[in-house]
Amino acid sequence: MVSGGVTSVTILLIVFFLFREGIGLFGSPAVEQGYVVAVNQENTVRDLSPVQLKDVFDSKIANWSQLGGADEPIVVFRLNDIEQYVSYEELGDELQFIPQCLSKIIAEHPGMIAFFPDTYLSPDFAGKLIDRRNITPGEFFLGDEWFPTATPAPLFGIVPLVTGTLWVSLAAILFALPLGMAVAIYMAELSNDKVRKILKPVIELLAGIPSVVYGFFGLVVIVPLIQRVFGLPVGETALAGSVILAIMALPTIITVAEDSIRNVPRSVREASLALGATQWQTIRRVVLPYSVSGIMAAVVLGIGRAIGETMAVLMVTGNSAIIPHGLLEPVRTIPATIAAELGEAPNGGVHYEALFLLGCILFVITLLISITAEMMAAGKPKQQI
Amino acid sequence: MENQTIISAQGVNFWYGDYHALRDISLDMEAHTVTAFIGPSGCGKSTFLRLLNRMNDLVDGARLEGRILIEGEDIYARGVMVDELRKRVGMVFQKPNPFPKTIFENIAYGLRVNGVRDKAFIESRVEESLKGAALWGEVKDKLKKPAFELSGGQQQRLCIARALAVQPSILLMDEPASALDPISTSKIEELIYELKTEYTIVIVTHNMQQAARVSDRTAFFYLGELIEYDETKKIFLNPEKAQTQNYITGRFG
Amino acid sequence: MSTLINTKYDRRKRRTQGIAFWVFRLMSLAVVAILVWILGFLVVKGIGVVNWEFLTSMPEDGMTKGGILPAIVGTLCLVAGSMVFAFPIGVMSGIYINEYAPNNWLVKFIRVMTNNLSSIPSIVFGLFGMALFVNTLGFGDSILAGSLTLGLLVLPVVIRTTEEALKAIDNSYRNASLALGATKLQTIRKVVLPMAFPNIITGLILSVGRVSGETAPILFTVAAYFLPKLPTSIFDQVMALPYHLYVLATSGTDIQASRPMAYGTALVLILIVLLINLLANGLRAWFGKKVKTN
Repeated sequence: MVSGGVTSVTILLIVFFLFREGIGLFGSPAVEQGYVVAVNQENTVRDLSPVQLKDVFDSKIANWSQLGGADEPIVVFRLNDIEQYVSYEELGDELQFIPQCLSKIIAEHPGMIAFFPDTYLSPDFAGKLIDRRNITPGEFFLGDEWFPTATPAPLFGIVPLVTGTLWVSLAAILFALPLGMAVAIYMAELSNDKVRKILKPVIELLAGIPSVVYGFFGLVVIVPLIQRVFGLPVGETALAGSVILAIMALPTIITVAEDSIRNVPRSVREASLALGATQWQTIRRVVLPYSVSGIMAAVVLGIGRAIGETMAVLMVTGNSAIIPHGLLEPVRTIPATIAAELGEAPNGGVHYEALFLLGCILFVITLLISITAEMMAAGKPKQQI
Repeated sequence: MENQTIISAQGVNFWYGDYHALRDISLDMEAHTVTAFIGPSGCGKSTFLRLLNRMNDLVDGARLEGRILIEGEDIYARGVMVDELRKRVGMVFQKPNPFPKTIFENIAYGLRVNGVRDKAFIESRVEESLKGAALWGEVKDKLKKPAFELSGGQQQRLCIARALAVQPSILLMDEPASALDPISTSKIEELIYELKTEYTIVIVTHNMQQAARVSDRTAFFYLGELIEYDETKKIFLNPEKAQTQNYITGRFG
Repeated sequence: MSTLINTKYDRRKRRTQGIAFWVFRLMSLAVVAILVWILGFLVVKGIGVVNWEFLTSMPEDGMTKGGILPAIVGTLCLVAGSMVFAFPIGVMSGIYINEYAPNNWLVKFIRVMTNNLSSIPSIVFGLFGMALFVNTLGFGDSILAGSLTLGLLVLPVVIRTTEEALKAIDNSYRNASLALGATKLQTIRKVVLPMAFPNIITGLILSVGRVSGETAPILFTVAAYFLPKLPTSIFDQVMALPYHLYVLATSGTDIQASRPMAYGTALVLILIVLLINLLANGLRAWFGKKVKTN
């Protein structure tokens, strides 16, 4: 009896564990754990967002006035810069005076911003610590930079990943839909038993090929092809991902669309033919409108499959986490990000939590898609008596 | 135009795969008459009806021998285009089967798929056809409503109007009232009576009273053979064959 | 005579139909061509690599030489492990849903959940398996954790095929057995299950195919980058064919030198898929003659 609910329990468990691991992200400090960011006591700036921190340390922001402070050039200080400011003698034989030196250096430079482990924070620290604040949902959901290894503050903005996923998936559906619909119509309306006996196993095989094999094929065939055809420096692009995903989404689209075309009552087809319509007119004007809800379900399921696909996309899209402006640029999708980075992310760390939160987003998106498709498939046109 | 043969079947044999569905059928039908096909289920009456507009072309493994002439032309001859034939030979089916479109678009469909673009012409033809099917008064204010919102009887008259819009000379009706209630049925029967001034009507029915009420001539089919074909009055009052007698008196079927 | 006889337009619409149908034919042909292209390419490139030695030896020289034995054994372990877990539970769920459960909102809910479970991306299963099996339950990266994760992934497939196999059996058989005084459990065991068996087995075979090709769920639950020894317990890490292909293709020590190994591995994966499909279709055809299921 209990076994009947095992799938529901699994889904609940997935929800619980994914969110438990992921939600911790918003309770984590924006600055890397175990480190502090400090400025001169006189500095009026007390709060910096992770994006501002990154820009400061990348020297994109060079003056405190840009951050609402006094007109003072920013001096970036990392721990290994210490020997430029003090001599080895001052640091002590066992480097035991680092805390004092740090305190002194910061006190002497009004424009300095320093990033160092909190173990080097001296009890009488003469600088001022930038407020330790947590990562906010806004930074996560609306941030347009994904830079999990940035110091001092990693950036977890998912906008580039979400746009990358959407670009690749939607383009894939645009490629797959005409092809899939044509095959579905051909199989449901035109082909005889013999042809169907060939096409059915072809589609089953396409559905059965593992995604990593698709990825490999894409990597050694499609990627170089795209590079040559478009004269690109690298072939690993959103386009390569879309092409592979389109092939992978074909079986879903064909099967669901064919079923819904087949479900159109014979009598409606005959009514059209009896009025002198050709078979094609009948398909276009009666059969397709009649099965439109099933076809929409096919599209939605195809998109769902594409959004969640991991390995094939990971292998061919180039994985650069920037917001794409076209199909010929490298992109990185949500699933590919998880697959590529989770192995490097320390268990329980901020990066780990961010990847689990990505998993939650993926889970919610695909769940919504699946429910939408079910509702669409159920919304068949009213049957006559 | 009186007494002119419009449909003529000559030695028709028909197979579904190995199944010999019709055996050596020959009969002539006259213009502006109503001919009824009766007989028990599976006797071939619907199959024969569907041969008249080549609806069986769609069935895998179908094979025909013999000739069927409509307006003097062999409709199974090479070079005959089925879509043109079906414009001359309209059909109404057993169950109402409107398209998932508005009432107006259901009627206009036959015109549109045959290349008519003139809006005024389409509008006038839609009205004419709905009037011809005695439906205009009931639907004239809701032409933009989906056809599925009509009742079953109205849907069937809509299907008749849809067939009329193409202006065929022959109208085939495959048990058009079998899915309807008695009131809707009698409306359809009245309609058939009116339509025969302009159309030649062939109707398949398993309701013998209906055949007696609406038809001029009746053909009785049994096991794929045409047993008897004569004036309706004669068939019902004084049939020649014992099988016909047995069937119409309800001894089998 | 119909006023709509317009030979010119009729000819045009026939021509349109001719063109449309040719386009459909060509597109269908294109789909076949895509499959032939993929299979043909991998076969041609891989056929020279795959031989007995390739299948039965350890990878050598930074995975640029040698064979893929540990990956094959690892995949076999994962397939067996996941099936041991998913098959009994899945079949029991299917039986419960189809034979016992009243047709109410609960069953509808379970069915929707089963559908939803099958739509969840495999990488999410990977995350879940890592959080629950590897970390919380402390199995670590192991065959056990990987098998359980893969088992959950194919559970909906097993449930659905079982349900469909049972649904295809006419109720008259059940009633006949019940009328002879058999209990419901006896009926299911002696009448329903034997008749549904071929279709259930076909479902099982197809899930084996699915499991042997999945990469994302095993990335963080079991798969080893390079581990040239065979597993001795269910708590060992293993290599697996799909992950091995991924490693060879993208992150080996010398990608160009390991390309032949990658082609060989891809071919082996493809062959498994072909074999599975052939087997499933063959079984379907063979049993189809012996047992009439619908």
